[in-house]
Parts: sequence; structure tokens; C-alpha cells
Amino acid sequence: MNSFIAFIMGPMVWISAIIFVGGLLFKFIGIVQSVRQKEPYIFSYMTLKHSLRSIGAWLVPFFPKSTRLRPVYYGISYIFHILLFVVPLFLASHIVLINEAFQISWPALNNSLADWLTLVVIAALLFFVVRRQMVPEVAYLTRPSDYLMIAIVALPFVTGFLAYHQWFAYRWMAVAHVLSGELMLIIIPFSRLSHMLTAPLTRAYMGSEFGHVRHARDW
Amino acid sequence: MQTQDNTMTEKPKETTDPKKEKATDPAIEAGLERLTPERIRNTINQVLEKETGPRFKAYVETCMSCGLCADACSYFLSNDRDPHFMPAAKVKNTIWEMLAKKGNVSKDFLREAVRISHLECNVCKRCAMYCPFGIDIAYMMLLVRRICHKLEITPQYIQDTVNSHSVTLNQMWVKDDEWIDTLQWQEEDARDEFEDLQIPLDKVGADIMYSVIAPEPKFQAGLIYQAAAMMHAAGIDWTMPSTPGWDNSNMAMYTGDNEISGRIARAFFETAAKLRVKRIVMGECGHAFRSVYDIGNRWNSWVMPPFEVVHALAFYHELLTEGRITIKEKYKKKVTLHDPCNVARGRGLHDKARQVVNMVCEDFVDMVPNREHNFCCGAGGGVINCGPPYKGERMVNNRNKAEQLAATGAEVLIAPCHNCHSGLEDIIHHYDLKMEIKFLGDLIYETMDKKIYTPEK
Repeated sequence: MNSFIAFIMGPMVWISAIIFVGGLLFKFIGIVQSVRQKEPYIFSYMTLKHSLRSIGAWLVPFFPKSTRLRPVYYGISYIFHILLFVVPLFLASHIVLINEAFQISWPALNNSLADWLTLVVIAALLFFVVRRQMVPEVAYLTRPSDYLMIAIVALPFVTGFLAYHQWFAYRWMAVAHVLSGELMLIIIPFSRLSHMLTAPLTRAYMGSEFGHVRHARDW
Repeated sequence: MQTQDNTMTEKPKETTDPKKEKATDPAIEAGLERLTPERIRNTINQVLEKETGPRFKAYVETCMSCGLCADACSYFLSNDRDPHFMPAAKVKNTIWEMLAKKGNVSKDFLREAVRISHLECNVCKRCAMYCPFGIDIAYMMLLVRRICHKLEITPQYIQDTVNSHSVTLNQMWVKDDEWIDTLQWQEEDARDEFEDLQIPLDKVGADIMYSVIAPEPKFQAGLIYQAAAMMHAAGIDWTMPSTPGWDNSNMAMYTGDNEISGRIARAFFETAAKLRVKRIVMGECGHAFRSVYDIGNRWNSWVMPPFEVVHALAFYHELLTEGRITIKEKYKKKVTLHDPCNVARGRGLHDKARQVVNMVCEDFVDMVPNREHNFCCGAGGGVINCGPPYKGERMVNNRNKAEQLAATGAEVLIAPCHNCHSGLEDIIHHYDLKMEIKFLGDLIYETMDKKIYTPEK
């Protein structure tokens, strides 16, 4: 059993990180190659200026009209996506681990603040679940995989929260936390969670079509 | 009209929607009769695998089904927020299902797919502006139409226009001599008003080739008269082609008959090339502009059109700002302006259009939302071209447009696009809106100084 835990805590972290980065990289290269082969016209229309203009417009909170029509969902979603990166990257205990491995470190979030922010992430995910059931148009679209994705993202935060507070079975909770974090990293490139890569690309293309060809705004 | 049904998650297909009981289309039904499961499967897989690429794949794999596209769609808003009409649901009920079943779908499914892609989407691309990821749902609806075309289950009326394109290179079965006759008839009539006015045919080396869609010679020849009057008063060196290739409309673009669509655009550009004109000016039509500015050139491997293509809105702007046409007395009635998708969202001409309206009219009130965010006319994208059998549901499906128009309190609606114009005229009658509908050219013709041009020698 100890060797299993050692594997999860050691090599598996590396493996999942490599799959995450490599998977996204591989996906990106695959997309570029496939565009070259099958749809080279895409490169004829994409411009850096209009790609960045569109992505930029959609990064400014409540700038696009669509986001103003749904301020609650959009606001929560916006904060959620920021915290999804900020909380794990600036968590003191994560920085300690990275420091041990690479001798580099950066300023950490205050622990109790990080704790609260973790709760915010979990609350946002709960909101997404409720919204999927309550809003008719979203319910109509919802597939089981939508809940699965929410669960995959929720697990590392829930287990991390429980492990931090050490309320019960700390050791197992810590293992579950690491394991679920690894699971999320591994799944990202192979699921719709890869929208962290593809969404900027589809946005950039649409932004270019609107900006470059259509001389119109797309927000 | 609509049944409020929130249990649609479970049974999307069985909702009792009165609209769906109505029209049966002989072309769709006869086409479905002919289909075999193998042909359905092979066609769907051929289109989805061979005619798409990473773009389609990214759209399918990136949608997080957040539902933000819903608020973009006139169909959704007009049908009391029935989820069935939201853009992503149209993809779910067509493309997702085809992919999940690897093309093994039933004839009932296809009947519904024709309906969704041809009658419940104007491919106006408003939803692409409401999706945070910029997913192009119109592109996917056109893919569904492409599949329907290959399965030969395209609605009858619009298929007939494509047949006409195929045979005559114009949309309305206008014969070659009828076309020339019509132009000469308009020229003759206009000479009563403007001495020496000419509609120059096939004038090689003219500055401008003026082109129209086939419904103009067929039913609205007066529009050619007005255009000729403006050209004359402005002293433009212009010409119109007497040979096939004069029609800039392109219904094949909307049925997924890409081969014919490409032929039409190619013949059009070749006609302009033959006349060695400097640029092409076109009448107030949106889809025709989309065809020659955005779609037809691509099919013929031009990144951008081989000629400068100027839509009427931009041309009017040029004539008025350069003072080639002067307005004698501004139009008095309160007017509002509809932004057609293909020239506003499709070419950013909405601001120029407003400047022109303000130069021509005294009292302009904007509708809300406007510019790129304007609501669709509900007729474009080939929907109105599916014909009278579907008019009733088109009226129901565009209730929100009627509400938007009524809120302006305007007496006159300017719709600078043929499809929008016809669709909105139906809307005005159906909802009994006390409004007149006009092209922008109608107002310019009415208000302009009708001077007789004499060349400076």
C-alpha cells in the first residue's frame, strides 16, 4: 500500500503533469497540422490583430453584450475561472512542494484566504450544477458528461479543503486530493475541458472573420 | 400558441407543437421515400468526415453547453424561450445526434433536421456574437443543409430557385431576352423623366458594373429605374451586363449546393471581368452581397473578391458625401432602420447606413438592439425562399421582430435588403403594425434633386 501511495505522490505527479502539458501541446500541434492539410483557408483569414482584439474584448468583464444579459452566471463563471488557476498556483503548501523539487518559490496566498477561495470555487461549481437543472435552456442541452466534468474539477478542491482542515482520515484525504488533481490534469487534454486551449482558438478565428473580413465587432 | 414544456430534456421529439403539424413539403417527403439507411449513413459520414476539418471538430469539442447563445436567437425569443429553438439545441438535435449515431439516423430525424436547418435558422450568425467561444453555429446549420442537399431532401421552393440558377444562372427563370427587354423598358420609362438617360448595356471599360438580383427584373423593375435615375443624376460611368452572370443572388449557397453556388459566383465575376469594369456596385440585397463578398469568392479560391464589391448602402454614402447626388428636401416622416445581417454583421455598413439615413430623412429613430446586434428579419438565410407553405410559422417565429419594430413608433421602416424587406413586409401585415416599408433607395429617389446630367465637354 505504501508503495502505491509513494507512486501517487511521486512519479504519478510527474506523469500527470507531462500528460497535461504534452497532451495540450500535442492537441495544439494536431490542430495546426490538420488546419494546414484540410482547411488552410483558416490561416488566410486569421490576423493577429483581430484575434487578440476579440480575445481581449471577451476577457474584459461585462464588456460583451452576451455577458451583460446574464450577469450572475457570467460573474460567477469569471471569478471561478480565475480562482481555478490562482488558488492551486498560489497555495502555500503547493509552493512548498515545488520549492522542495526545484528550489524556486513565489509569494503565497494567506492560508485562511486560500481556504475561503477554495469554498468559493466549490460554491461556483454547485451553482453550475443547480443552474444546469433550473434554467430550462441549459437543462435541455445538459449531457451526463457536463456533470462529470464538474465533478472532475470539484474533486481536487473538495478533497484539498478537507485535507487542509484534517477533520477526518487526513492521510487518505491527502492521497485522494493528489489523485484527483492528477486525474483532472490527465483528463483535460482528452475532454471538453480542453476548451482552455480550443476556446481561444475558435474565438480568434471568429474574431478574425468579424474584424478582418466583415469589419464588424463580435462582442 | 406554444405549449410551455419544461420536461423537454427527456422527450425533445414528442412535444406537441402545432407548427410542426402544418406544412408537409412534397420535395422533402418524396426525397425521404427514396432514401435507404446506407445512403443516409454514407452521406452523413462523407460530409462530416471529408468536408469538414479541425474547425468543425473544435466547435463540437469546445461547446460547454452554457446556454448563452439562447438569448441571441429570434426563434428562441419569439417562442417564449422554448429551449428547442436555442442555437446550441439546433446543433444538439442535428449534428450531435448524427455524430453519436455515426450517421445511422432515421427518416423522421432527417425530416426534423431539414426543418431545423432550413426553417428555424436564418444563418444570421448573431449567436456567434453571444457564444463566449465564438462557435459558428450558422456554419454547422449550413453543414446540415449540405447533408440534406446531398440526400435530396431540400424544401421544394428553395430547390426550385437553385434549379433556376443551374439552368439560367439567375434565380427566377428570367429568360435572356426578358432581361434585356426589362432593362430597355425601364430605360424608356425613365427617359420621360430624365432626357437622355441610358442604361448602358455591356459597356466595356465602364467604371462600374451595376448588378441586381433576379427578383428585381421579375417583380420590382422600378428599383432598376431608381438606380438608373441615381446613376444618371450622379453622372456615373456605369454599365449592366446583358448576358447571364448579371444576377448576383445565390440561393444554392443556402441549400448547401456548393457546386452550383460556386458556378454562380464564378459566372458573376467573369461577367465583370469580361466588361473590364473597375468595380461592382450592387442593389440593396444582403444575401447576394454575402455570396459575392464572402462565400462565392472562397469557393472559387479567392481569399477576397477579385473585384471591389460595393453594396448599395456604401454606394449611396459615397454619392451623397461626395455631393454627386444632392437631397432637395429631406423626408419628413419618422423613419427607423433595420440592419440586415449580411451588410451590418457581415460588412460593418451599419454606421454608413445611419449617416445616409440622417442625410436623407429628418426624423430618424433607432430600433433597439441595433447595428451588429440587430434582431434578424426572420426571412433571410433562405428561410423565406422555402416558400408560402411555411409563411405561417415564419410569422410566429419572428414575433420579437414585430415587438422591436412596434417599440420604435416609426411610420416608415427602411429595410435595405431584399430578403429582409419581403420578410418584414409580412411581419408588418401579420402583426398589423402601422408602418410603411421602404428601401433606402426609394427614399433617396423620392428626395433627391432629379437633375439631368450633362457631360462636361
